[in-house]
Amino acid sequence: MKKLNFRTETQAGRSGRRLALVRPGWRIPLALGGAALALSACNVTDFGMHTGATTQGHDIFSLYQTFIYMVIVVAVVTFGGLLYVLVRFGRRKGDQVPRQRHSNVKIEILYTVIPALIVGAIFYMSVGTENKVDAISPNPNLNLTITAFQWGWRFTYPNGVSIVSQGENYPQMVLPEGETTKVKLVSKDVVHGFYVAAFDFSRYALPGFTNYFDLTPNKLGTFVGRCSQLCGLYHAEMLFSVRVVTPAQFNAWLSSQGKGATA
Amino acid sequence: MKVEYRVYLGIGIFVLIVTVVYFFWAKEYGGAMMLFGTAGLGLLPALYLGWWKRRMDPRPEDVEEATVAENRGAVGAFPDHTIFPFVLGIGAFLTALSLVFGAWTAVIGLALIVFAATSATLESRRGGTV
Amino acid sequence: MTIAEERSELAHEPEAGGQHGPTGIYKWLTSTDHKVIGKNYMYTSLVFLMIAGAMAMIIRAQLVQPDGHIVSQQMYNELFTIHGSMMLYLFAGPFAFGGFANFILPLQIGAPDMAFPRLNALSYWLYLTGGTTMLMGFFVNGGAAAFGWVSYAPLSSYTNSPGPGPDLWIVAIILTGFSGIFTAVNLVTTAFYLRAPGMTMFRMPIFTWNMVVTGILILIAFPILTAAMVMLYADRHLGTHFFTVAGGGSPVMWQNLFWFFGHPEVYILALPYFGIASEIFPVFAKKPIFGYKGLVFATLAIAGLSTGVWAHHMYTTGTVLLPFFAALSLLIAVPTGIKVFTWIGTLWGGNLQFRVPLLFALGFLVTFTMGGFSGVMLASPPFDFAVHDTYFVVAHFHQVLAGTAIFAGFAGFYYWYPKLTGRMMREGLGKLQFWIAFIAFNMTFIPQYLAGLRGMPRRIPVYLVSDHVTFLNQVSSVGAFLTGFSFLIWLLNVWISWRRPIPAGDNPWDGHTLEWATSSPPPHHNFTSLPPIRSQRPVWDKNHPEYADYTTDHDGTPKKEVEPQ
Ligand SMILES: [Cu+2]
Repeated sequence: MKKLNFRTETQAGRSGRRLALVRPGWRIPLALGGAALALSACNVTDFGMHTGATTQGHDIFSLYQTFIYMVIVVAVVTFGGLLYVLVRFGRRKGDQVPRQRHSNVKIEILYTVIPALIVGAIFYMSVGTENKVDAISPNPNLNLTITAFQWGWRFTYPNGVSIVSQGENYPQMVLPEGETTKVKLVSKDVVHGFYVAAFDFSRYALPGFTNYFDLTPNKLGTFVGRCSQLCGLYHAEMLFSVRVVTPAQFNAWLSSQGKGATA
Repeated sequence: MKVEYRVYLGIGIFVLIVTVVYFFWAKEYGGAMMLFGTAGLGLLPALYLGWWKRRMDPRPEDVEEATVAENRGAVGAFPDHTIFPFVLGIGAFLTALSLVFGAWTAVIGLALIVFAATSATLESRRGGTV
Repeated sequence: MTIAEERSELAHEPEAGGQHGPTGIYKWLTSTDHKVIGKNYMYTSLVFLMIAGAMAMIIRAQLVQPDGHIVSQQMYNELFTIHGSMMLYLFAGPFAFGGFANFILPLQIGAPDMAFPRLNALSYWLYLTGGTTMLMGFFVNGGAAAFGWVSYAPLSSYTNSPGPGPDLWIVAIILTGFSGIFTAVNLVTTAFYLRAPGMTMFRMPIFTWNMVVTGILILIAFPILTAAMVMLYADRHLGTHFFTVAGGGSPVMWQNLFWFFGHPEVYILALPYFGIASEIFPVFAKKPIFGYKGLVFATLAIAGLSTGVWAHHMYTTGTVLLPFFAALSLLIAVPTGIKVFTWIGTLWGGNLQFRVPLLFALGFLVTFTMGGFSGVMLASPPFDFAVHDTYFVVAHFHQVLAGTAIFAGFAGFYYWYPKLTGRMMREGLGKLQFWIAFIAFNMTFIPQYLAGLRGMPRRIPVYLVSDHVTFLNQVSSVGAFLTGFSFLIWLLNVWISWRRPIPAGDNPWDGHTLEWATSSPPPHHNFTSLPPIRSQRPVWDKNHPEYADYTTDHDGTPKKEVEPQ
C-alpha cells in the first residue's frame, strides 16, 4: 500500500461549500492511475481487502481469506452445475417433452445437509475470531477515549492530552506499535461509526452507551480513519488519521504534547 | 383447513422456541418481548383456524378428488365498481397529512372518511354494486 | 354447516363476462377488480422505479469524481434517502406483492376476485397517496428526509432533522405500511378461502405459496414498523423520549424496532420474486418444479428464521448477542440454498426454451446467488466489523434485492404481459434488454464490493483520491448508466407492443398453472370454466394428458394403475 500525506490532499474544509479532495493536476490521470493501482496495490490472495494493520484486524482478514476460498469452491460447484445444465439441456429441439421428474429425496437431503455443514463451519470459525477480536485486555498499555461528535473526533489520552477536530484540520490519533490500546468509544450527539479501513475494523459510537475494544497495531504508518455511519450533513468530511509509531516515539510524542498546547 | 392451521401453528411454535432460547441466552428483554409478540401473531391465527377446522367438514378446496361442480352456488358477492375506496383513501391521506401541515387537512379528511365508510357500508348492504 | 351451503346462502351470481360498467378514468377510480388494481399497482410502481432509478443516476454521476459537484451534500443525502425508501417501500414490494400477486394469485387458485375487493382498492389508494407523500418532501421547506432509509435515531429527531420533510417521510411510510397490511390480509384470506375445488394447499403454485408466506410475514413485521414510526413522530412533536438519551430513552431501541421490521422486510421483498422465478423455470424447462414440498418448507423456514435475525444489522453496535444472531442468520443460508438448488434441479434434464422470461430468471439466479455468497459472509460478525456501512454492504444488498427485483421482476413482466394485455412483447428487444441489463448490472455492483473492501463508506458524496476507489467508482457509474439505458429499451418494447400488437392467445408459453386456462386478458371474474384440478399443474395435465402429473410417480415414470382422465 502507498503511504500518503493525508493532510495536504484535503484543502478546503466545511467553511467552503464543499471539499476539494483532489488536487486539480491529479484529475486527468485519475482513471489510468486508478486502474494501475487496482491491479498493483495488493496481493491477489488479499482478495481486495486490507491485510489488517492490527492483530485484531489481521484475524478478521484471515477469516475473510478462508471465506473467499470456501466461496470459490461453492461458486464453482453451483455456477458450474448451472452452466452444465444450460449447455447440456439447452440444445434439445422443438416441443419434445422431457421426463417429468418431480423430486428426488436423496438429492434434496444432500443439498440440505451440505450447506448446513458449511454454515456450521462458518459459524465455528466466526465465533473463534469474534472472541479474539472482541477480547478486552485487563491490563492494556494505553487507555484512549474517543469521542465522536457532529462532525469531528476527540482523542483523549490518559495524561490529559486531547486531540480534536478543528475547522479544516482533521485530527490525528497516534498509537504505539505492538502495544495494546484499550479504546473507550462514546458519542456526544447522534450515532457515528469509528472506522479505520486499514485496521479492518469498525464500531458504532452510540450516544448513551459506551463501547470498549482493543487495538494492537502491528504495522507502522499513517492510515485514514472516518465516520462510517451516516450522521448528518457533513458525514463525509468526518475524517481523521491514525499514525502508528514505535513505543519510544509514542512516549516522546505524548510528553511533547503534554507540554505544548492541548486543545 | 388443516394445512392453513398448521402453517400458522408451525410459525407460532418456531418463534416461541426462538423466544425462549433468546430470553435465557441473551437476557435482553426488549427483543424477547418482540419475539413473544411475534409468536402470538403466529399462534392467534392458528387458534382461529384450528377452531374452524374442528367444526367444519372438509371444503371442496381441501379435497383432492373434488370436482368443480361441487362448488354449489356463488363463491361470494363481489362488487363491480365503487367510488368509495377512493374517497376513503383520499380521506385517510388528508387526515395523515395533518401530522405535517396542521389540523385543517384532518377536518376535510375525517369528513371524507365518515362519508365514504357509511356509504360503502350502505352500498354493500344493498347488494354490492352502485 | 358446510362451507358449500354457506356459500349458496351468499348466492349472488357474478355477472357474465365481458366489458361492462364505467370506462376510462372513472373505471380506474372505481374498479374493485383485482386485475385492474393489480395493473395499477404494477404501472405505478414502475413509475416509482423510474423516478428512484433517476435518483440513482444522479448519485452515480456525483461519484464519478472524488470531489463531484453534481449536487450539494444536503441534496445528496436527500437523494439516497428517498432512492432507498422508494425502491424498497414503493417499488420492490408493491411491484410484486401489490402488482403480480394481485393480478395472478386469484387466477392461479381459480378464484373470481380477491376476498375483499373494496379493501384491495383502498390499499392501492393508500399506496398511491403514500408514494406521492414521499415525493412531496422535495418540494417543502428544508427538503426531503435526509437520514437514510433506516432513519436512525437520534439523527431523525427534530433537533437533528427539523422541517416537514422528515414528517412527510414518516406519513408516507405509515400510509404505504397500511396499504401493505391490507393487501397481505387480502391475499392470505383469498388463498385460504377462495381456492377452487380440488386446489388443495399442496397443489397451490409456488408463486401463490410464496405470496401467502410473504403476507404472513407482512402481518408480523409491518405493525412494528408503523408503531416505530408513531413513536418517532411522537418523539419529534409530542415531547416523548423513546429514543433520546436525555429523556431516558435509548437510540439503540430504534435500531431494534426498525430491524425487527427491517429484516423480515428483506424477505418480504425477496420471496414474491422467488415465487415468480419458481413459476418460470418449470414452464421453460417443460418440467414440474423439482422438490415442490422442499421448496414450500424452505419458504416457511425462511419466514420463521427471518423473525430472529434482526440484530445482524447491529453487530457493530456492541449491544447484541453476536453468536445467537450469527447462528440464525447463517441458518437462513440453508433454505435459501435449497431454493437455488431446486431451481437448478428444475432445469436439469429439461427441454430448455431460452425465451426472454427464462433469460431474466437466469439473470436473477446468478446475481442472487452472488449476493447470497456475500450475505453469508456478512452474517459472520467479525467480517461485518470490517465492512459494515461500506460499499461492500451496498453491493451485497443491491445484488440480492435490486438484482432480484429487476431480473425476476422483468422475468415476471415478460412472462405475464401476454396474460395482462393479450399481447406479446418483442423477443429480440427483450433479449437485447436482458444482455445489456445483466452485464451492466454486474458492472455496477461488483466494483462496489472492491470499493467497500478498500474502505469506502456508504452515503458519502465525496471521497479521497488516496482511497484508490476512483476507478472502481467510474466503472460502477458507467454500469449504472447502462443499466438505466436498458430500461429505455424496455419502454420502447412496451410502446411497440402497444402500437403494433401481436395477439398472444390464451397460453403462449405452454404454461402449467390455472391463469393460463382463461382468456388473455381474463374476463370479468376470471373464469368461464375451469379444468379439473388433479395436480399442481392442471393446465399442463389438460394439454399433455399423456404426461399428466397424476399419471407419473415422483421420478417421472408412468404409474400403471392410473387411468388418464
Ligand atoms: Cu459521524
